[in-house]
Amino acid sequence: MTVPARVAELVRDFKANGRIVIVGASLAGLRAAEALREEGFSGPLTIIGDEPHEPYDRPPLSKQVLKGWVPADHTELPRLRELDAQWRLGVAATGLDRTAKQVLLADGERVPYDRLLIATGTRARQWPNPTEAALAGVYTLRSRDDAARLRQALAAGPSRVLVIGGGFIGCEVASVCRELDIPVTLVERGSAPLVGALGGVIGEIAAQMQRDHGVDLRCEVGVLSLEGDASGHVRRARLSDGTTVEADVVLASLGSIRNVEWLEGSGLAAGFWGVGCDAGGRAFDINGVVTDSVYVAGDVARAPHVLYEYQFLAMEHWDNAVLGAQVAAHNMVSLEPDYRPHLLLPGFWSGQFGVNIKSVGVPPFGDEIVFTQGSAKQRRFAAAYGRRGRIVAAVTFNNGKWLEYYGRMIEQSAAFPPPLPGWDRPDDMKPIAADFPEPGVPTATSDVVLTGHDPNQRTAEFRPRGR
Amino acid sequence: MVQETPWQQALRNANRANPYPFYEEMRKTPVSRQPDGTYVVSTYRELVELLHDPRVSSDTRKRPGAIPGVDPFEATIITEDPSEHDVDRRRIMRHFGPPERPDMITDMEPEIRLIFTELLDGMKSKTRVDVVDEFAFPGPVTVICKVLGVPLESIPLFHDWIETALDGLDLGPEASDPEQQRRLAAVSARVAEMRQFLADLFDQYRKQPGPGMLSGMGNDDGPEGRLPGGSLVSNAMLMLFAGHETTVNLIAHSVLSLLRHPDQLEKLRRRPELIVPGIEELLRFESSVQFWHTRSALEDIEIAGTTIPAGSTIFVCYGSANRDPLRFAHPDKLDLERPDNQHVGFSQGIHYCFGAPLARLEVQIAVSEFFRRVQNPRLVEDPPPYRHNQIFRGPRHVLVDIDGIRD
Repeated sequence: MTVPARVAELVRDFKANGRIVIVGASLAGLRAAEALREEGFSGPLTIIGDEPHEPYDRPPLSKQVLKGWVPADHTELPRLRELDAQWRLGVAATGLDRTAKQVLLADGERVPYDRLLIATGTRARQWPNPTEAALAGVYTLRSRDDAARLRQALAAGPSRVLVIGGGFIGCEVASVCRELDIPVTLVERGSAPLVGALGGVIGEIAAQMQRDHGVDLRCEVGVLSLEGDASGHVRRARLSDGTTVEADVVLASLGSIRNVEWLEGSGLAAGFWGVGCDAGGRAFDINGVVTDSVYVAGDVARAPHVLYEYQFLAMEHWDNAVLGAQVAAHNMVSLEPDYRPHLLLPGFWSGQFGVNIKSVGVPPFGDEIVFTQGSAKQRRFAAAYGRRGRIVAAVTFNNGKWLEYYGRMIEQSAAFPPPLPGWDRPDDMKPIAADFPEPGVPTATSDVVLTGHDPNQRTAEFRPRGR
Repeated sequence: MVQETPWQQALRNANRANPYPFYEEMRKTPVSRQPDGTYVVSTYRELVELLHDPRVSSDTRKRPGAIPGVDPFEATIITEDPSEHDVDRRRIMRHFGPPERPDMITDMEPEIRLIFTELLDGMKSKTRVDVVDEFAFPGPVTVICKVLGVPLESIPLFHDWIETALDGLDLGPEASDPEQQRRLAAVSARVAEMRQFLADLFDQYRKQPGPGMLSGMGNDDGPEGRLPGGSLVSNAMLMLFAGHETTVNLIAHSVLSLLRHPDQLEKLRRRPELIVPGIEELLRFESSVQFWHTRSALEDIEIAGTTIPAGSTIFVCYGSANRDPLRFAHPDKLDLERPDNQHVGFSQGIHYCFGAPLARLEVQIAVSEFFRRVQNPRLVEDPPPYRHNQIFRGPRHVLVDIDGIRD
């Protein structure tokens, strides 16, 4: 038998008899499962999810669900095909034994696998003070249940909502509050909302949008503490500028934490920034060696990106979950030379204050920005981000149909600033500093150290930092 | 005599039934300069790229040496650039779709179904029918009249104006033939009659508002105001015309294509739900708008090894891009289950077909019902006779012998 024939035989056999386990039952997990079946995988397939719900769609949670247009439990993801899978919902994975090839579950069960897909995503960062976080009226927003609770709180007509953190979730919730005519204060430590994702120039426009819609926006201010009343319900917040805000609903929108704790001790390159993998979704072990049986997709995956100097990027975006899952699924049932790369150009969208915001590329990778179409004043424009004379990202406000043009330029590493449009030119088309904050220093990272004396036995090891 | 380019040959009347061999020849040069200085884009990738390029204008008035008032599509949303385009499109969309009227099209489904049902009922005693005159034309034209609020009695009137105008416009080598010159001479009078007819209708609706988009548009007090008078009439003309003509051709072509591909028709009969992806494939296969003629370059544009100089007219050939083998595997094969079928039959970008949701619904209903009810349809003539117009390409008649109509 020739080698290619033997490889084909192996693949055929695996597709018929292999055992695949997917940990994570959200968008990436579901789409990966569907893609596996589409690829012809007919062996046993298990999907493990810590939430009791069938896979649901998250983008509506901070928009239509909060507005009351759609109940939180009406957000199930459409199924693209029959799955014939074993669903283990409501039970979290708590560990991974790569030697025995088993996933450990919270109920003590061990689920064996031949190929594993990690799609555990992220969770909302909680308000850091646990006593204050436990006050009634303090919320986070990531899951369907979070959205149902926050919706109920908004529907009750609170006197004021305090949003802590001006990222996309915080801004979208502030927007919903104004639509519902609820007074809202948004506190952001940075110079403007959205500054981390889109930089200070765009952040300033976002800030103006908020003020125009009656948001009490306070930037370069932190929240020091939350205070409750005798019944344990939050009443006010003390801010770092000495002022207080009276509010009976508080949303802590402080970003996300990657769900990697269950991988502790598994020997994978998993940590604060996610699970490292190659561009085909194959997980790296702690030594930076690619594994053959463990794959990663979705928000928790972190892979080198060819367009961004091969830097490791985690793309917490909807289409990254879908397309990354499809690539990982393909590679899980393939062998060389049939591996496919996941070469997505990152992109995301948001809706707030009546404006559709869309972006393509990686804006914080750029250090310059230029307005290329439309009018910032009218909140309908396109702007491109550049770095070292090439275009690396673009953002549009109410102008999303043009994003594809910029996407293609980014893919081709085209020159920055891009050529002038033929019409609808902005008043000023000079590139200026994009004004991104310095990357923050993560507080909970581990040190990685090398151990072992014999060069053949040297290996990396995580040393958790003292708190 | 100078050899004609494949594009010129594709535009010849004799090749209307099958321009595809010429398109194949054209795609060897994705962006090709024609003897008259026009640039024709025939490949999928380059065409899509230009649809999204803000250096390309759709406004014929911005071309060097443009003569205003010649193109009947002038001063409509299809020939405007941002930001005016965006405002005007929203002013019209308010009366047709989301966010203000999200249910308008879906709410029309029963009415559309009834229209096509009655047309099929009318064929009950017949053994031979003309799919164009008895089905593909009367269905969509009735629907668009109801959508806009145009009286059904006026259909024969404006149908004649539109046919005359369509026959008169020729962008190919036969434009200078004496007969074609005579046809062209009739166009401006027909267009003027059409404009007057619509202006009168707006006047009437201003005095007495009624159902339909025209009344809504003419009396609108929306946040961005009302379209100015001339643009109101031009856009109404665009919608009345484009709102049925392209649908007529798609229904006629769909029946024709399925009768030519019995394996696909059999598949559709077994799995009626395939009508949804099927219509996309049928539109890819025989695109109702074969190309579009109003674009031009406002800056020099480098593409596919060519520079389109500023000021040049650009023809984007959807019919060819939809058959590009670099984008669609076996493009000349009709495959109702074609995966990843991102055809450009409705264009792309800001000028994406305004009426696409209505067209989809109409054609899905029409084609499903036709093949569900018509017993043993057989093509009488293949290829059928085609109409003269090159952009809005479609058969003049599709004669079919039938054994009867099921209930």
